[in-house]
Amino acid sequence: MGGFTMLKKRFKSISILLAASVIGLTLIGCGKSNASKTNNEKVVNVFTWANYIPDNVIKDYEKETGIKVNYSNFSTNEEMLAKLQASKGGQYDVIICADYMVQIMSKQKNLLLKPINKAAIPNYKNIDKAYLGQYYDKTNKYSVPYSLGSEMIVYNPDKVKKDIKGISDLWDPSLKGSQVLLNDPRSVIGMALTKLGYSINETNPAKLAEAKVELAKLRANVKVFDADTPMTSLINGDTTIGVMWGSQASAAIKGNPKFKIVYPKEGMQFEEDNLIMPVNAPHQKNAESFINFVLGGKASSDITTSIEYINVNTAAKKYMSQKLLNNKAVYIPKEEFNKAKHLEDVGSASKLYDSIWSEFKQR
Amino acid sequence: MKNKNNNILKNLTIGPIYFWILFFVAIPLLYIVFISFMQRGDDGSIVYIPTISNYTRMANSLYVKVFWDSIVVATITTLFTLGFGYPFAYFAIKIKKYKFIIMMLIMAPFLTNSLIRTYGWIVILSTEGMLNHVLLRIGIVKEPLKMLYSYGAVMIGMIYTMFPFMVLPLYNSIDKMDKAYIEAAKDLGASRWNTFRTVTIPLTMPGIVAGCILVFIPSVGLFFISDLMGGSNVMLIGNLIKNQFLEANDWPFGAALSIVMILLSLILILVYVKIIGKKLDTEVF
Amino acid sequence: MNSKLSSRLEQTYIFFIFAFLYVPIAIIIMYSFNAAESNVVFSGFTFDWYTKLFNDDNVITALVNSLTIATISTAISTIIGTIGAFGLKRYNFKGKSVISFLVYIPIVIPEIIMGISLLVFFSILGIDFGILTLVLAHTTFCIPFVLINVKSRLSGFDLSIEEAAMDLGASKLMVFRTITLPLIFPAVVSGAMLAFALSLDDVIINILLSGPESTTLPIKIFAMLRFGQSPEINALCTVMLLTTFVVLILSQGIKLKKEK
Repeated sequence: MGGFTMLKKRFKSISILLAASVIGLTLIGCGKSNASKTNNEKVVNVFTWANYIPDNVIKDYEKETGIKVNYSNFSTNEEMLAKLQASKGGQYDVIICADYMVQIMSKQKNLLLKPINKAAIPNYKNIDKAYLGQYYDKTNKYSVPYSLGSEMIVYNPDKVKKDIKGISDLWDPSLKGSQVLLNDPRSVIGMALTKLGYSINETNPAKLAEAKVELAKLRANVKVFDADTPMTSLINGDTTIGVMWGSQASAAIKGNPKFKIVYPKEGMQFEEDNLIMPVNAPHQKNAESFINFVLGGKASSDITTSIEYINVNTAAKKYMSQKLLNNKAVYIPKEEFNKAKHLEDVGSASKLYDSIWSEFKQR
Repeated sequence: MKNKNNNILKNLTIGPIYFWILFFVAIPLLYIVFISFMQRGDDGSIVYIPTISNYTRMANSLYVKVFWDSIVVATITTLFTLGFGYPFAYFAIKIKKYKFIIMMLIMAPFLTNSLIRTYGWIVILSTEGMLNHVLLRIGIVKEPLKMLYSYGAVMIGMIYTMFPFMVLPLYNSIDKMDKAYIEAAKDLGASRWNTFRTVTIPLTMPGIVAGCILVFIPSVGLFFISDLMGGSNVMLIGNLIKNQFLEANDWPFGAALSIVMILLSLILILVYVKIIGKKLDTEVF
Repeated sequence: MNSKLSSRLEQTYIFFIFAFLYVPIAIIIMYSFNAAESNVVFSGFTFDWYTKLFNDDNVITALVNSLTIATISTAISTIIGTIGAFGLKRYNFKGKSVISFLVYIPIVIPEIIMGISLLVFFSILGIDFGILTLVLAHTTFCIPFVLINVKSRLSGFDLSIEEAAMDLGASKLMVFRTITLPLIFPAVVSGAMLAFALSLDDVIINILLSGPESTTLPIKIFAMLRFGQSPEINALCTVMLLTTFVVLILSQGIKLKKEK
């Protein structure tokens, strides 16, 4: 009897020891991995949307510098932010994210961004001045523009008889059950705000209430919400008109060359994506060399050819094909940028946006 | 001697799951409960001032409808997978020689990515897709049918995706059933239907319950099928919660929604298991 | 006559269910040989996408990572889930009802919540994100699937067989090994297969908990679909399906041989 209680006690202590050692080992293990991250590794950790940096550009960089690129993906800016906060601004060297996210991050108390050392990035001079010094980072202290995207209207002229000139036209009753819109509350609510002549970053509750009423009138016209592949339903014939980003519009045209692209007369929503460096980037020199490489003329042109968003690099133009320069979805005249609507963070008003969006979704 | 072995075995079987659940489920869950009582700061971060506003905010017909829609979708999915899955498992087991491989063939497609398979359905059901091509060719319809981006399309997708989660537990249960009981009932003169109702169903109830749980619970939170095949026209609880974390940056509200969703699902399951158990006068799960 | 008709009907029913399950798969296989890049028009037969697939280092690395994570997670969760089901069914212990309740949480909880909470948890513990964190998370949501499957098979289990064996002098461990385990084996296997499939499919948890060097297949597939580059993915799916079939046929062959 005595022996059995002894065994039970021993078993208990063994299991506690086991648990403790597992936890201990893990902590030691991670402590070790943090320490081993020196600047001497020939590696650079890049974090952005998938396929946003084309394979051939990465391979060219690896060949030229001998530095291996670890390309990790996120699907939304907020995921990236959560990850970055969790890793305390470490693990990644270069991140490409949206402008409004740069604004959010630069305002935070525990800064996750490292100032860009422009002296170490000679190709910085290639960036078109028109796209520098924007609202989110007036001196480009933390960010370097990578590419520019805008939302435009695409439609099938065989099925849509009305002459579409802008966002307001989408409310036309003849377009019932025909539209695909982005599954993005800021984009869609922004449309209603634009129609009413308000800013897409409106926070005034009264104005937002007006937008909600206006938006409800649009519901019957929407068949599909899709932020990932909106061109699919257009090509498949399930929708006949839609709002989507430039590269998606370009893909739509590829699927059916008869489609028409319209830059809304009220002005387009633009988003500028930027290269940034996290504050605890493990391989700073490699990060700088990578950023410098993608700012080179040839690399930049390769990037635009692949992702089909607007190119902001003056040195890239001489490499770009005529076909690309003629692509209405990709090469957008500067006048449109002057009419641009930039998405900004709306702070606590996002609760309002969320409830408007949830209500709009329900039929 | 026996007691000593008994206790070691007991600790060995309970220990791992005890430790794992405590560490990787209970603690993260406590964190979620904790922040559900916190507030969202103006810049989207969490402000550590306790409040119950996240919960009271839900007492709004808007959010109640979202919960309701999700539960309806999950219930219909469960009923249909059960209705189609039970006969399938039953008939498959009758084919004694090949029953194992039939079950494996059910699983095989699910080892590929579910996203791709859903896109396969889009190719079939879209206005210029395969099914319409065939129907137009044969002449059954004069104009293409608008099948995609409808509630029906979403249900097809849900049933398709959740099918093996129902069929596999059913298979286990039906397979284990001692056919002698059925023989006995037949010998006593019971009709096929009566035998099924009073012998087969009760004996396979554990499998039915397990299947219903494994389909219902994930279905409540599943939203990518509604997004892909329904054009994201319905806001389900999964969408709503995701939006809190990835659009509205309102982690506290998202946490509160999750807690309510978890409680709701578990209560429904508990009621279901208890009712079935009472009806059969036995422990079912 | 009646029973022949009814068995014919039964087989037809099984056939139709299979048709329902495999039609989208057939589409994927067909389009993996499509000369055009689109998924709407079929323009010609080609092996190009397969060559592209085998040369695509990114996809191959992601595939290897995913298979590794899935295998390890399935293994751990199967062991823990099986013996856990056994423990929960047969024994009473302090906190049993709490654990029984908590076991359902990983399948009830929305993936994003689980992902975020584990993200914060690992961050506090200071663990670097990578294969380890992914395996820990995957195992956590796989355990309930194995457990529920096995537990249902244990329900109504005829204990008299076990008692008989013990009366004949077998130890509890031996009884478990030679009697209980073989009888619950199908439930263990099917639970494991569900776990494996789930692990291969997961996107959100992968995005949140992966590290710079641990990209996984579902993320890659999701991304490529977004850009409309699916032919390579179609080829990948076809290859994975073929492999599964080969494994299944082999195991069925082994099973039949054993039974002889």
